[in-house]
Amino acid sequence: MIKHLRSAADLDAATATLILDTAAEMAALAGREVKKLPTLRGRTVVNLFYEDSTRTRISFEAAAKRLSADVINFSAKGSSVSKGESLKDTALTLQAMGADAVVIRHSASGAPHRLASWVDGSVINAGDGTHEHPTQALLDAYTMRSRLGRLDGLKVAIVGDVLHSRVARSNVLLLTTLGAEITLVGPPTLIPVDIAAALSPTELAGSASLRGDRLVTGEKALGLPASANPADDGKPSAFSPAAITKVSYDLDSVLPVMDVVMMLRVQTERMQDSYFPSAREYSRRYGLDVARMRKLPEHAIVMHPGPMNRGMEIAPEVADSSRSTIVEQVANGVSARMAVLYLLLGGKA
Amino acid sequence: MTAYLLKGVSVVGGSPTDLIIRDGVISSDRSGALEEIDAAGLVALPGLVDLHTHLREPGREDAETVETGSRAAALGGYTAVCAMANTSPVADTAGVVEQVWRLGREAGLVDVQPIGAVTVGLAGKQLAELGAMATSAANVRIFSDDGFCVADPRLMRRALEYVKAFDGIIAQHAEEPRLTEGAQMHEGEVSTRLGLTGWPAVAEEAIIARDVLLAEHVGSRLHVCHVSTAGSVEVLRQAKARGVLVTAEVTPHHLLLTDELAASYDPVFKVNPPLRTAGDVAALREALVEGVIDVVATDHAPHAVEDKECEWAYARPGMLGLETALSIVLSVLGDRWDLIADRMSRTPARIARLAGHGTDLAVGSPANLTLVDPSARRVVDPAELASRSRNTPYSGTTLPGRIVATFLRGEPTVLDGKAVK
Repeated sequence: MIKHLRSAADLDAATATLILDTAAEMAALAGREVKKLPTLRGRTVVNLFYEDSTRTRISFEAAAKRLSADVINFSAKGSSVSKGESLKDTALTLQAMGADAVVIRHSASGAPHRLASWVDGSVINAGDGTHEHPTQALLDAYTMRSRLGRLDGLKVAIVGDVLHSRVARSNVLLLTTLGAEITLVGPPTLIPVDIAAALSPTELAGSASLRGDRLVTGEKALGLPASANPADDGKPSAFSPAAITKVSYDLDSVLPVMDVVMMLRVQTERMQDSYFPSAREYSRRYGLDVARMRKLPEHAIVMHPGPMNRGMEIAPEVADSSRSTIVEQVANGVSARMAVLYLLLGGKA
Repeated sequence: MTAYLLKGVSVVGGSPTDLIIRDGVISSDRSGALEEIDAAGLVALPGLVDLHTHLREPGREDAETVETGSRAAALGGYTAVCAMANTSPVADTAGVVEQVWRLGREAGLVDVQPIGAVTVGLAGKQLAELGAMATSAANVRIFSDDGFCVADPRLMRRALEYVKAFDGIIAQHAEEPRLTEGAQMHEGEVSTRLGLTGWPAVAEEAIIARDVLLAEHVGSRLHVCHVSTAGSVEVLRQAKARGVLVTAEVTPHHLLLTDELAASYDPVFKVNPPLRTAGDVAALREALVEGVIDVVATDHAPHAVEDKECEWAYARPGMLGLETALSIVLSVLGDRWDLIADRMSRTPARIARLAGHGTDLAVGSPANLTLVDPSARRVVDPAELASRSRNTPYSGTTLPGRIVATFLRGEPTVLDGKAVK
């Protein structure tokens, strides 16, 4: 078993599948009267949150407690550098307290990688800057598999602020590892430029008018390289093979062939920085409203990692529809995180 | 003053010969007592000249001082370094540049030539008293806001024009600030993967393109600091072909390292401009050989441990360079000694207008030189560096070449690979 979960790229297909299978067992537990396993009794899990995220923290806390671990919540709001102790000193403190696992949420990309170099315990990334949020990807994959029965060959559109989204990065890596086919959708300003620049204007014009299964012919298959997986000595090791990811700027054209549409939260501040002109225009072009939802195949599901901007990237009627898995995702989050803690801290599958 | 005989030395790669150092100059006088140094297999180069060094004094003496930086320079084969102006207080007055110059004299290990700030406080709003710095004891000729770009085109134009009166040159840190707000690393595949805000190549190229046009328009000398992209090389190539008075430098790290190293999130690899792609590295190497890039300059940037032992985004950008530069250039260019002497000594001395440096080792010339053992190999150990800081990106790496001795005006600053003081 891997020691840390810093990136979804830490997971190969077998490990990811094992986590999802274990999550299913954990979910079964939730239906029981006593929702608790003794597995991690005497082990200490620290929730080290440098950013406010009540939902993620509670989810990890519930997961650890259901496994009987001792949970310490360490909320370190604001910048560790400007307002107090450095991340390294905090790490050494947690180390001295004997933390078996540290769950870290941090506004700086790569903070879990740094932390892992300073503590002996497992490090679990609960969201780092604009980098990754691997347990979100695991719960998303779990949700898709529960609803649709498989991941291999699923067509998944990830829609919105891909550039700044850690949820998107982790999902691209994990879902590709598990055989799903990803299409990134959003305004060109919110698609990383190295991916967007590979699409020529001609191809874009073509893709905008394409529909249905002809979609792929109007788009270019692009490699989003798998994340770095530095070995413990700090030197980057070989990267896993590039994932194949498609890009579209036209949400309407991709919807008819999708099994899953994952809407990303779009922060309205982005329009101050000219990523798009206004919330209304964004919503008109990339928001998932009822009319757009109807373009989806019958079986397709709609996901959102939360918190949602209702009326911005997703219409309330869509969020509350039967296709929506948003509430399920929250429940599945606890099971997925239980599975991660259980396996990383040495539980047997 | 001890006289030295360098026995069997290869001068800039030539056949073995004897070199006599007496009374501060290269001499042919074999009379009297001569301290003999067996220089068989060693190569003598004119003392290296660094156009881009951060000595951190005044202000951050915990990271480096003029003295520790001078020692690092001498151990790296340098006899002159140009000290950047982004100290605290900023070297934007005659008083501060004279202080740095005096500290350099007191250390006595290399000639420390202060660079003056272009604008007051590096703020990019108002010209600093460039003339006062030029006529001060520090005799400043290079002006730079390095760390920041002189982004205002009108101010840049004025600066370029103004320094013509005293044969000055503006050394531009080319970075369009609006395109690099919050930037953490080169914008590309790797930044996408790592979720770090990108520093697009165009932010450098756009400023260089603008500045070569401005320099052409007003007929001034322009120097471009730490060129890092293939696109910048193209802009420079075209400008030079038109006869624009532009020179450019590249750092050792941009000749060797790539953005993939950021994948460790170890801020020892965080630098500004950022490490670029393998394609950029190849273009920079080619440009250096061709002469489109004139100079290798270290951008030696010492940082205290706490400024690097943290999250990537909070770390200060910069790497040590003085003690490893020649080894990196050797590994990149091989034993093309004349080319190395040109890019690391003659040309930078000419750009900086440093009399007595970068001169050929002919009889009568100032004895500013360094002795290199090209066959030696060494493993970089940060703890062994003379710099007060430890932020070398080459920790644990085996590098070719070793500086055996360095002479400043005939006096050894390094002997047997060790600083004499």
